[in-house]
Amino acid sequence: MSDGLKIELGRRYQFSASHRLHSDQLSDEENRRVYGKCNNPYGHGHNYTVEVRVSGNVDPATGMIANLVDLDVFVEREVLEPFDHKLLNAEVAAFRESVPTTENLCKEIYRRLKHFPKAKLECVRVEETSNNAFEYAGEEF
Amino acid sequence: MVYLTRKLEFSASHLYNNPALSAEENKRIFGKCNNPHGHGHNYTLEVTVAGEPDPVTGMVLDLKELKEILDREITQRMDHRFLNYEVEELKGQIPTCENIARVIWNLLEPKIRKGRLYKVRLYETPELFAECYRNGAQGA
Repeated sequence: MSDGLKIELGRRYQFSASHRLHSDQLSDEENRRVYGKCNNPYGHGHNYTVEVRVSGNVDPATGMIANLVDLDVFVEREVLEPFDHKLLNAEVAAFRESVPTTENLCKEIYRRLKHFPKAKLECVRVEETSNNAFEYAGEEF
Repeated sequence: MVYLTRKLEFSASHLYNNPALSAEENKRIFGKCNNPHGHGHNYTLEVTVAGEPDPVTGMVLDLKELKEILDREITQRMDHRFLNYEVEELKGQIPTCENIARVIWNLLEPKIRKGRLYKVRLYETPELFAECYRNGAQGA
């Protein structure tokens, strides 16, 4: 940008889902030791907050990097609809292969959102609780 | 390098309307933000300054001084104002979060003489914000 400034637009979304942290590569005993109460075989749930940051030129006609409606519709379709009120391990294909830790969840959400056509995805932040947050900004980060 | 962040809140009204577009186009693009009477938000601004703590005072910059700069440049200019009509720097622009964040950056950057302005994050609601920073500076 000509003034050397970069602008990002950030939007926060919520969904609720359950998961169980369990790795097939570990024994039952190791799983209990590594994941503690998150290894409970019945699973447990969280209210997740997803913060999405995108960048791009601010269109002088609209004052916007991207129309919020477009971003909301995209995030709803790619993330909220498939994740909300679901058991992540069973109902999201990626977590049949990997453990649905919030680290992996953050990367999966980034993978789903990076093709947003109206702006460049900069970063995905996932808050599992108000005390735990994870950010992923792609491999170059 | 230490990054220091100060927060402030202000309340203001605005509306989105581009006179170069038709009434229908304005309505389609801006939706309810196009209401000609305007509407308001409680904005939260986070200003981050980067610098090394002074060996004598232990401060990157005096918070009192930063508070005065923010009060003079931002609160007095924007708090309880109609952004479209009362903020000179926003005239001719749509007062979106993106544009207000850039205006705030341009107001503050020359005023911060100890440390350097690193980032401005402006929340329009708890779910929507814009960030402004120097290209290439983010990621620390």
